Amino acid sequence: MADDLVLEMRDIRKEFPGVVANDKVSFDVRRGEVHALLGENGAGKSTLMNILYGLYRPDGGEIRLNGKPVTFSSAREAIQAGIGMVHQHFMLIPVMTVAENIVLGTEPRKGILLDERVADRRVADMAKTFRFEVDPEALVQDISVGQQQRVEIMKVLYRNADILILDEPTAVLTPQEASDLFEILRTLRREGLSIIFISHKLNEVLEIADRITVLRRGKTIETVPHAGATEASLARAMVGRDVLLRVDKGAPEIGDVLLEVEDLHVLDDRGIEKVRGVSFEVRAGEIVGIAGVDGNGQTELIDALTGLQKIESGSVNIAGHRLSHTSAREALDAGIGHIPEDRQRRGLVLEFTIAENIALHDYAKPPDARWGWLFPARMVGRARRLIEDFDVRGGGPSTRAGALSGGNQQKLVAAREVDRDPKVLIAAQPTRGLDVGAIEYLHRRLVSERDEGRAILLVSLELEEILSLSDRIFVLFEGTFVGEHTGDVSEEQIGLEMLGGKKEAAA
Amino acid sequence: MSDPGPSPSPEQSAEAGTLAARLALKQRAGGIVVPVVTVLFAFLMSGIIIAATQHSVRTALVVFKEIFQGAGLNWVFHPTTSLLDISAYNLSQTLLQTTPLILTGLAVAFAFRCGMFNIGGNGQYLVGLIVANWLGVDLAGLNPFLHILLCISAGTLAASAYAGIAGILKATVGAHEVISTIMLNWIAYWTASWLIGAGGPLQVSNNPTNPVSNQVSSGARLPDFWGVQGFQGLHVGLFVALAAVVVFWALLNRTTLGYEVRAVGFNPDAAAYGGISVKKNYFRAMAISGAFAGLAGTLDMLGGAQNYQIGQLDIPFIQVGFIGIAVALLGRNTAIGTLLGAVLFGALSYGSFHGLGSSAVIDPTLANNLTYIIQGLIVLFIGADVLILYVWNSRKKLRRPPGKTARRAEAAAS
Repeated sequence: MADDLVLEMRDIRKEFPGVVANDKVSFDVRRGEVHALLGENGAGKSTLMNILYGLYRPDGGEIRLNGKPVTFSSAREAIQAGIGMVHQHFMLIPVMTVAENIVLGTEPRKGILLDERVADRRVADMAKTFRFEVDPEALVQDISVGQQQRVEIMKVLYRNADILILDEPTAVLTPQEASDLFEILRTLRREGLSIIFISHKLNEVLEIADRITVLRRGKTIETVPHAGATEASLARAMVGRDVLLRVDKGAPEIGDVLLEVEDLHVLDDRGIEKVRGVSFEVRAGEIVGIAGVDGNGQTELIDALTGLQKIESGSVNIAGHRLSHTSAREALDAGIGHIPEDRQRRGLVLEFTIAENIALHDYAKPPDARWGWLFPARMVGRARRLIEDFDVRGGGPSTRAGALSGGNQQKLVAAREVDRDPKVLIAAQPTRGLDVGAIEYLHRRLVSERDEGRAILLVSLELEEILSLSDRIFVLFEGTFVGEHTGDVSEEQIGLEMLGGKKEAAA
Repeated sequence: MSDPGPSPSPEQSAEAGTLAARLALKQRAGGIVVPVVTVLFAFLMSGIIIAATQHSVRTALVVFKEIFQGAGLNWVFHPTTSLLDISAYNLSQTLLQTTPLILTGLAVAFAFRCGMFNIGGNGQYLVGLIVANWLGVDLAGLNPFLHILLCISAGTLAASAYAGIAGILKATVGAHEVISTIMLNWIAYWTASWLIGAGGPLQVSNNPTNPVSNQVSSGARLPDFWGVQGFQGLHVGLFVALAAVVVFWALLNRTTLGYEVRAVGFNPDAAAYGGISVKKNYFRAMAISGAFAGLAGTLDMLGGAQNYQIGQLDIPFIQVGFIGIAVALLGRNTAIGTLLGAVLFGALSYGSFHGLGSSAVIDPTLANNLTYIIQGLIVLFIGADVLILYVWNSRKKLRRPPGKTARRAEAAAS
């Protein structure tokens, strides 16, 4: 049995000021298995993996590789020992070819020049063995995100890794790409590689993992085999209490039309028409969901509704006010609340404190300011109240927003948007990258905001989220609505419409 | 705050997003340590240069002592207000040099806080200088207080408008401010040369061939508060510059304007999403930045210089705008940091010029260039502070987990 274990981490402890990130965590991996590491944001998954990868030194505990104790003081040493990591954010050079990216740092040379023929051949061989469908000569900037991820994996394999760490690999993938990835992982497993799969998505973990280790607040809660584990049991282990995976909501009480969109056409930055004649309305007290595969016009639609992007033609009415699309300020003042799809790029100024971020829309209005003079103490007061109300953890009003975990950043954005008492709340990917507990919280909050009489527009790539929250659903495909549903509709039906009814040519 | 305010844990920094964002975070961490290390490194390197060229470590140490005394910094050991004391006199001259550097430093820092790089400090300084000279000469006989006030405000406003051109160009057609401010520098330089050239509108009246401006009228001169008859004294412009430090801080941290400027500087996308006009702020921040630099020009004109001439107008000669960049970078674009940076550069430039120029420690040519060498090294190391931070952090990582300094930097940054 023991000779099966390629990696053992025993009683790992790592402390940061004020936080015990890993408290006697134990974790092991067998040859040829996919072992999922499951936990909420901040549970200590990344710390544990960074220790394994040589980026942190543990304060205590022992790491054994193939039975022999090891210590890594840099990633280089970990790589040499056969450990490879694929990060969430890719580290590829866009203007270089796939093959060049893969061999970078260990290039086959002809004199002082890169021997491209050898590089291409080696990469093509590897692609064939592991059934990656990637053209070694394609430029990285021209291939899809899913393929870029495969390149990252090939990079690691090229360096002869036999333990592969994948840090939330599906976060950036479409559902189709994710299932392709799982296919690749199964192939790798058959070839005898061991895979550590970090995730907080229960369904994925159940689909791919042979064993599952759950971390919570820096401690190992349990390691369970795939058989017998259920979403509910894993969620309970992760969060420490029973979690409602299905959103509880009553029948909507529909009121006046608060958001009315007529024949909207929007171009993207490059002048390509991304929204091509969309009309719909959202009434007070209902959640309208917009489903679709990423890149079908969602971003442009949201930006047009919130005044961030000019429209080509059509109209947007918010509670009777027709937007002239001169500024985001106009939409904000008309009663739009907007939880943006990218909270770090747009929703927050990460360098600002929580209090300053709470004031992002209304910093120039009393009580935050008068005659152009700011009253930081009042901002802090409001921030303190919202931190309490929305259960934002990880800091006080003067903490930098960038120091919060993703879930708490999102709660902060939601708190700000809801507190402005908007008539229309647009939530774009509100739970992207969040863990079960935070998702549950945000979903309940959206439903309760609906019940307060707001009109809510939910745009999400997560079909499950759309289905469980929405009272009505539109399906967006290539800039137009290809389906409208009320009440119960099957996931398959919407999934089919999301692809335009026909199978997309594989990217 | 009673909150523990945990420093970013590794789980969270994994979410920090783009490389640039992570880099920005890194750069802010380290607080005061990195600027101090930067300066020490620069001194160490220049010490090695002196020791190598003079074949004597002792000479290097003597040189630093001479600079220290030349800047009048030994005044702190026996403080006196009497300018007959050499250290007191040297200190007053150092502070005289510091005054414009504080303001040009603030100018660069303000633009930086809005995400822009104002290289046009020299041009804006010149505009302030010219306008103050013109009004200081032309309005002779006015009530002195009014006269000074008028010269200063007009010069400052003109420089502000001048820098605003770069702001407008960036906001409307996207012209990069680095390019446009450099070009504006040359426009200001040639305009200033023409104004005092033969027959130019501002050229001295009593000698039509001398390319120099008239002296500002005695009523428009800034009074010295620390000086003796016959010597250049320290004028009240220093207090104006110190007041500007306070204004800079309050403007950034206590007004809606400053909030907008910082939001745009940190993250223009988030600012636009928040309802802030990014373009308006590019213009406004540039104009305010120019005002600081222009103010420096007016103070120099009404205080020390009183007239100007071509020789001293050579762009290579007037360096305040460029040294302002180093000052702001060293001060990490904060009010207090810029003040300290300006004192350092003021002391360095007067101290090495005066302290080494008059002593026979080393070859005078090297003495003169040494100032530039040290300045250059400081700028170089500021540019390399990510590297310094890396060295600092990896050293720290081996000994103890990050914490106190990061938190302090956090508090300072907010």
